[in-house]
Amino acid sequence: MAVAAKAGSQNKASPGKAGAARGARTLTRRSNGPVALSRDEEVSAYRDMLMIRRFEEKAGQMYGMGLIGGFCHLYIGQEAVVVGMQMASAKGDQVITGYRDHGHMLACGMDPKGVMAELTGRSGGLSRGKGGSMHMFSVESNFYGGHGIVGAQVSLGTGLAFANHYRNDGRVSMTYFGDGAANQGQVYECFNMAELWKLPVVYVIENNRYAMGTAVSRASAQTDFSKRGVSFNIPGEQVDGMDVRAVKEAAERAIQWCRDGKGPYILEMQTYRYRGHSMSDPAKYRSKDEVQKMREEHDPIEQVRRRLIDEWKISEDELKAVDSHVREIVNAAADFATTNPEPDPSELFTDILR
Amino acid sequence: MSIEVLMPALSPTMEKGNLSKWLKNEGDTIKPGDVIAEIETDKATMEVEAVDEGILAKILVPAGTNDVPVNQLIAIIAAEGEDVSKASNAPAAAPAAAPAAVASPAAAPAVHASVPATAHPDIPAYDASGEIPHGIEMVPQTMREALRDAMAEEMRANDGVFVMGEEVAEYQGAYKITQGLLQEFGPRRVIDTPITEHGFAGIAVGAALTGLRPVLEFMTFNFAMQAIDHIINSAAKTLYMSGGQMGCPIVFRGPNGAAARVGAQHSQDYSAWYSNVPGLLVVSPSNAADAKGLLKAAIRNPNPVVFLENEILYGQTGMVPKMDDFLLPIGKARIARTGKDVTIVSFSIGMTYALKAAEELATLGIEAEVIDLRTLRPMDVDTIIASVRKTGRCITVEEGWPQSGIGSEISAQVMEKAFDYLDAPVIRITGKDVPMPYAANLEKLALPNVGEVVEAARAVTYR
Repeated sequence: MAVAAKAGSQNKASPGKAGAARGARTLTRRSNGPVALSRDEEVSAYRDMLMIRRFEEKAGQMYGMGLIGGFCHLYIGQEAVVVGMQMASAKGDQVITGYRDHGHMLACGMDPKGVMAELTGRSGGLSRGKGGSMHMFSVESNFYGGHGIVGAQVSLGTGLAFANHYRNDGRVSMTYFGDGAANQGQVYECFNMAELWKLPVVYVIENNRYAMGTAVSRASAQTDFSKRGVSFNIPGEQVDGMDVRAVKEAAERAIQWCRDGKGPYILEMQTYRYRGHSMSDPAKYRSKDEVQKMREEHDPIEQVRRRLIDEWKISEDELKAVDSHVREIVNAAADFATTNPEPDPSELFTDILR
Repeated sequence: MSIEVLMPALSPTMEKGNLSKWLKNEGDTIKPGDVIAEIETDKATMEVEAVDEGILAKILVPAGTNDVPVNQLIAIIAAEGEDVSKASNAPAAAPAAAPAAVASPAAAPAVHASVPATAHPDIPAYDASGEIPHGIEMVPQTMREALRDAMAEEMRANDGVFVMGEEVAEYQGAYKITQGLLQEFGPRRVIDTPITEHGFAGIAVGAALTGLRPVLEFMTFNFAMQAIDHIINSAAKTLYMSGGQMGCPIVFRGPNGAAARVGAQHSQDYSAWYSNVPGLLVVSPSNAADAKGLLKAAIRNPNPVVFLENEILYGQTGMVPKMDDFLLPIGKARIARTGKDVTIVSFSIGMTYALKAAEELATLGIEAEVIDLRTLRPMDVDTIIASVRKTGRCITVEEGWPQSGIGSEISAQVMEKAFDYLDAPVIRITGKDVPMPYAANLEKLALPNVGEVVEAARAVTYR
């Protein structure tokens, strides 16, 4: 099950930021673009990212129709991060994240119907309607939530790695959090213990530039999040989180580091969220131009689409077939989530204790 | 003028200790800072250092003496120029105002085998209302040893059980509850953490979500406030939020409530806080047998359990059944004393006041029924109601604060379920509504006392 690392033997060390302040460890960073994907990998990355994009667009629509309540945090724009990470991870590796979690669940292979029905609070939801957008789990898919308290998932994810280490089962915990959570105290408590005990955890910091409405530069004294582990001797690197190839390549390196028993690894994924923090956020803290520029120049899905057409000579028809297949799945999920009944009132008092 | 050396106290809660050895002999010259003796309790070993100069004239308590009361005269030092034989004839006087020796924590951490408590006429009998099979031998044990044995037995039975916390391994436990566990189970399963409650509580909860069974020790529950988000948001709510898919089998344990003279930040009773939370089980034993049977049950339970111990009770000896696998049911109260006139409901150290008050009330002709809740959530309301229906009166006793306390909950339950049986209002005896003061007299006033319980019982029985 081990994933072969492509730790930059063919890469040249770069004088870039990511190489600095690593103590004894020297990391290499590509200077001439990430390792190419195979045709099949490109197609599958395209499909998986498109699935998340269309699912989230549908969720946004349904929120607008009043079918989804409360909080709803969309992953649009950040798709390459979780999809690239999953391409590099093996069966049995765990995933845990915060409240912007729909994409992670889909990438873990959880049923879109179950996710969407949870968003609408129906009995067929993954948490039988009791969790909601921020709280879904799957023992089967090794997805450990879905957490609403910013930063809490970092300690829990480190605990998953503790369990892997305790059982010596070769698994790695992929612990995702944002640039906002990266300022929480417990993150550093866990960095310390993870390195002290050499726990197999990849800390994936999804830096989408805004913690709700606060730009990174207004909240963080050190805005290079890959350096946040320096005082604990945890290696880290900045990754173009809009390029699924770069994400996969860095993920392979990080995961192998963990599997080799060398302890934790930090990946700062430089990404961008197109939508507001949640559905109720008009995003007035940034310009429309900024968003537009990211969409036009760095869109993770468009990048793959272009390569599929230009380099792999895939026909428009073939791409359309993928698009319509994805739409079918998303529409079926939406139909299910709209028609599925609400939980029975008797469910109120179940699942409190085992 | 001869100098009296008194038995020192290692901690504010120590009442007696063992004089394990003398490092000086009679006739030896003593200088300030010399270690003259070693004393030990079941919690720690300490050296006794001389403060004054002189000659060790007389050893009054021989090495190897157990249960020497704090402040008892243990030796006499003749001051310079003083006649040694005269000094050694000095009477074993009442404790002097200033002790001539101080206990110093300079000694290496105590790693000694547990000293089995000897049978003692003061040890209360344990009536488990049929929970212990007939004919089982009962052996005396401190609550400290009972808790340790409970963990060790469960660790032997299940490799998924591990103990984690500050000073639990190499130091053998800040309160010596984990004594010997590192030696038996090794560092993989007995894990010292940095001082980082928020982080390590989250790590333990994360490990529990994968099916491991952490026993997480908080040095005291006061420090668990740093970690309460993981206890409540991460541990207690996950099963519900996951639609019953993902459980969290974990025990959070450690001393809760007031110790002695440790001030406001180290003296809070969190019983009411945790008992408020659906998804948690909350256990708080008052004696060694309950501590053992309930901690074993807690470790085996598939749910998160908050196990609230009490530092003052750690050293108290009780009778514990000698069984390979002694388990008690979580959620079941124990009738510690039967009576017909008034029901007194308590738990943990509150039982000390309740039982002493019941004895005193008996001399006044009032027969109190004393219920030890043992589990605070789920609370065994049926047992309380059955008793109140018999006595028509109810008093609650706890060290926690009055507002929204355990007593408040009992009072509401009794009002809702036994209103017609009540012959007097329910009275809550609680800690006073103040942060815990440091001054000895104020601290005493802040805690409940036996007199308050007796007065309340007389008031509700109109006697």
